[in-house]
Amino acid sequence: MNRPLDDAEDRERRNQQEERLRKVWAAPRGWRYWSAVNNSEVGLWYTGASLAFMLFAGVLALLVRAQLAVPDNDFLSADTYNQAYTLHGTAMMFLFAVPIFEAVAILLLPQMMSSRDLPFPRLSAFGFWCFIIGGVFVCGSIFFDAAPTGGWFMYPPLTTDTDQSGIGADIWLLGLSFIEIASIAAAVELIVGVLKCRPPGMRINLMPLYAWYVLVVGAMILFAFPPLIAGDLLFELERAFDWPFFDPSRGGDPILWQHLFWIFGHPEVYIVFLPSIALAAMIVPTFAQRPIYGYSWIVLAAVGTGFISFGLWVHHMYTTGLPAISLGFFSAASEAVVIPTGVQLFALIATLLLGQVSLSVPLLYVAGALAIFIFGGLTGVMVAIVPFDWQAHDSYFVVAHLHYTLIGGMFFPLLAGVYYFYPIATGKSLSYRLGVVGFWTMFAGFNATFLPMHLTGLLGMPRRVFTYPADLGWDWLNLFSSVSAAVFAVGVLIVMWDIFRPKGHQPYSERNPWNAGTLEWVARMPPESWGARCVPLIESRYPLWEQPDFVRKVDEGRFYLPDAEEEKRETLITTTLAAEVVQCLRIPGPSFLPMLAAIGIGGSFILATFHWWIAAALSGAAGVAFILRWLWTGTAMIPEKPEKDIGLGATAPLYQSGSNSVGWWAMFITMLADLTAFSGLVFGYFYFWTVHGAFPPVGSAEPDRFWLVAAAVGYAAAWALTLLSVRANANGSAYAACASLVAGIALALGGTAALVFAPSATGMDPTVHAYPAIVWVLILWTGIHAAAGVLMQAYVIARTAVGLCTAIYDADVRNVALYWHFMALTAAVTIAVIGLFPEVSR
Amino acid sequence: MLAGCGGVQSALQPAGQEAETVLRLFLGMLAGACVIWVAVFGTAVYAMRVSPQPHREQTAKRFIFWGGIVFPVVTLAGLLTFGIALMPELRAHGGGLRVAVSGEQWWWRVTYEPSGGEAPVVSANELRLPVGERVELMLDSPDVIHSLWIPALGGKLDMIPGRTTRLVLEPTRTGTFRGVCAEFCGESHALMAFPVVVMDRAGFDAWIEARREPARADAADAAGERLFLQAGCGGCHSVRGTEARGVIGPDLTHVGSRLSLGAGILPNDRSSLIRFIRNVEAIKPGALMPSFAMLPDAEVAAIARYLEGLE
Repeated sequence: MNRPLDDAEDRERRNQQEERLRKVWAAPRGWRYWSAVNNSEVGLWYTGASLAFMLFAGVLALLVRAQLAVPDNDFLSADTYNQAYTLHGTAMMFLFAVPIFEAVAILLLPQMMSSRDLPFPRLSAFGFWCFIIGGVFVCGSIFFDAAPTGGWFMYPPLTTDTDQSGIGADIWLLGLSFIEIASIAAAVELIVGVLKCRPPGMRINLMPLYAWYVLVVGAMILFAFPPLIAGDLLFELERAFDWPFFDPSRGGDPILWQHLFWIFGHPEVYIVFLPSIALAAMIVPTFAQRPIYGYSWIVLAAVGTGFISFGLWVHHMYTTGLPAISLGFFSAASEAVVIPTGVQLFALIATLLLGQVSLSVPLLYVAGALAIFIFGGLTGVMVAIVPFDWQAHDSYFVVAHLHYTLIGGMFFPLLAGVYYFYPIATGKSLSYRLGVVGFWTMFAGFNATFLPMHLTGLLGMPRRVFTYPADLGWDWLNLFSSVSAAVFAVGVLIVMWDIFRPKGHQPYSERNPWNAGTLEWVARMPPESWGARCVPLIESRYPLWEQPDFVRKVDEGRFYLPDAEEEKRETLITTTLAAEVVQCLRIPGPSFLPMLAAIGIGGSFILATFHWWIAAALSGAAGVAFILRWLWTGTAMIPEKPEKDIGLGATAPLYQSGSNSVGWWAMFITMLADLTAFSGLVFGYFYFWTVHGAFPPVGSAEPDRFWLVAAAVGYAAAWALTLLSVRANANGSAYAACASLVAGIALALGGTAALVFAPSATGMDPTVHAYPAIVWVLILWTGIHAAAGVLMQAYVIARTAVGLCTAIYDADVRNVALYWHFMALTAAVTIAVIGLFPEVSR
Repeated sequence: MLAGCGGVQSALQPAGQEAETVLRLFLGMLAGACVIWVAVFGTAVYAMRVSPQPHREQTAKRFIFWGGIVFPVVTLAGLLTFGIALMPELRAHGGGLRVAVSGEQWWWRVTYEPSGGEAPVVSANELRLPVGERVELMLDSPDVIHSLWIPALGGKLDMIPGRTTRLVLEPTRTGTFRGVCAEFCGESHALMAFPVVVMDRAGFDAWIEARREPARADAADAAGERLFLQAGCGGCHSVRGTEARGVIGPDLTHVGSRLSLGAGILPNDRSSLIRFIRNVEAIKPGALMPSFAMLPDAEVAAIARYLEGLE
């Protein structure tokens, strides 16, 4: 290990290291502050913005409750009420519940792994700017009386009817698609973060439970959000161009949307809930002063919950008249998910049983969450039973149930996390008194609002009504709920005041104030911008409790990367399972490019809402140009030397490509999400087959087989040439690599032209019937992906030409080859489905 | 408390076979849920506040295994089996009366199809059912998704454009109840209800025979009928026995005998008729019917009197 140094010399050296780290990681000042990309800034903005959207959606809820306080009320018009409740649900789900998970994870995850940042800080920043632009756009619509009115579930045909739904539906579809893309970007970032940015020695079974949950929830986002994006695409094509996917008079089916929506919508519930268990799993051991009991049970249960949550979506559709056999299956799956959920809660309680519990504000919130969530879980067991759901569905019973699960399973645990982690994020502590007063006000207000709603629902009150007649037995119940909602709101305000009140004069929190055992609490007070003084070697799940002298060694920089000699932002990349060092990753610093890219891409979505197609295309092109510039100047940079000394006598390469590099993983994971969205469209094709007696419909035009074969040949050749260019590049012949890429571009373009020509040649019109429409949408999807693939090939040619992509430093070309594997698969499936399936189904 | 509330739209005061079964199911689940909540949260509180000494790991392992796995597996398997076993019985076919109900923005088109091969009887915004018989409701919609829910009789079923769904109800006692649309269906979703009258068989037969008759407005209301037709009402509404044969809006042949107006939202009296004709948009925002505020008061009153007389 380190040779003992003269004290003064040692201290001096450490001070210099700290100065350099501080300088390298310092956030930009003045107006340039907003170019920051570091997780500690972006995470804070993200969290703050999510909380702001929560308050906005909360105000809408109060408007809803004010309207429903008395029967036959005319405080809000029907239309305003419908805007308010639609936006309340939409904002709470899409702008608060999911983003706050990503926000908190971006803020905390690196510290839990002593990583200096996540692997793609600019991607986090891009995600944040997309989120804020999309969120303000969607929420702002209500001030122009243009908010969506179709409910957060947007069931067609109500919402495909442009007369009844107006621009609000387009705002919903495009604004939220844009935010969903940002959510997926953040999920990719977090998954790669957990897999590749752990400190050396933190094998996958030593990582904090929070990281496990991030991994599970990130993966769920990856597979849950894309079906909704596919659904949004079909939806917007029907609204804007009259492609009749959901129109039964032209072969469409409104139930297809319900499937796509709930394939997203139910996992979403667990995407919202699991991160809260994750927070509790960090908090409970601290206040029990012992390690979590049943670590592996919890991990297995979390993974199990994630899996099962994809098999329950039909329990939102029990009343659509599906066959009893399907209902039975989904009822069983809905009950089955209770078991892994219960195991997680029981493991937390067991940890408390085993420990010496000290009470605190975070633990109070965890206790409140348990009380509420268990209740919501039990009513969940009830509504999962089909005959009971026939009564309860779409009544206030379900309103009560879902608020018990979300407030108990998400909101209270989140606040537990806020009270617990606040010192790490800001250096200051929150007030004990406000925390306790706020808790009891919210707890009382919440239960008084929502407990009576179970009864209101069973007394027959349906959901989503802007008014109701007197004397049906609901008058007093509704009034009581409305008054209590105000009490709940007061409690929320108390806590928000505590969070946002100025704390300039308040002294910094003491270090590790709760005496926790996990890595993030090594943070100094006041917090330093560097994230981790050095990257420690981990041997235990609770290093602060179990590794001797741990904090001192970290403070003295006696582990990896204690310095920033080259004045560059760096962190360690390790192997996925065993966490052995594979790279010292140079991370890009502050830049406005992510913000500009978000403005460009966001602009294209916003302009498309108004059907200003040319402006939208220009804005999108500008966004893509900014993204290209950001990639060009910030990724796969050739280092000045191949490797560097990272301390403790070890060296690590400064560059990696292929599956050792984070970029390859990000591409792989993104493409899994992309493939899932594509599967959603293919699902649509086969769904139509199941609902129609003959599909393709008898006598309908089919894509021309010759052009389909030509497209298949073109894409296959483009794919092969891309792979050839990887090999040529590795052999050092840049010219051959470029030549095969040029040929690849030509063949990809030719293949796309042939693919578009196939249905055009036989006159397939997508507005006539759902069959040509779904064929065209598969072609559209493949064509757009081919265009992206061509852009990537051109990018590699340019990088090779200027010497940024070489035989050794070949991450660019290998990532593009990876993309083309997925592209080839997409093209193959599209061509097989639209070309071969009609032959088979005859 | 349960018995004291309004009741015509309550799942807690059942008047149908399905609603009764589901209420028993609910009360059983509620009792179980209360016990489980107290046990689980009680343990958590005990662990946090009361327990002075840490427990042994063996205890914790047993707690998770028995409480977190074995108990829920057994209970849920039992509950699930029971729940699934109920379904065939609750949705078993009926043999006699069929009623086609179409949910439309924001009213109900009701067509009675008696089993004996007699001609169907068209009505609207009110459902009459014979007590003690399984009646099949064939549900669909020409515009957007609706859902038919009569809490006192049983669960709800969606009405979906492009398909027909089948709900079977078996009322167990006579009386007047209230049904609503339970799926959000646009601006006036909240204003889409209907009275449900459960009658004995003889009363039902007499009622439906009377509905077969064409409209028999009093001769004195010939003027009202003329104004009704002049104003173009017949373009959308039918009054059998007259030239009004529109099928876009509710059939008004016997509107005067219905228990409510405007799909269960107004009492059926002259002043409501007048308000409805003059200002639909205020009463039911977004409805297709235009407001006839431009008609002179006397003409609106005459039309209202005519409609009131259509019994």
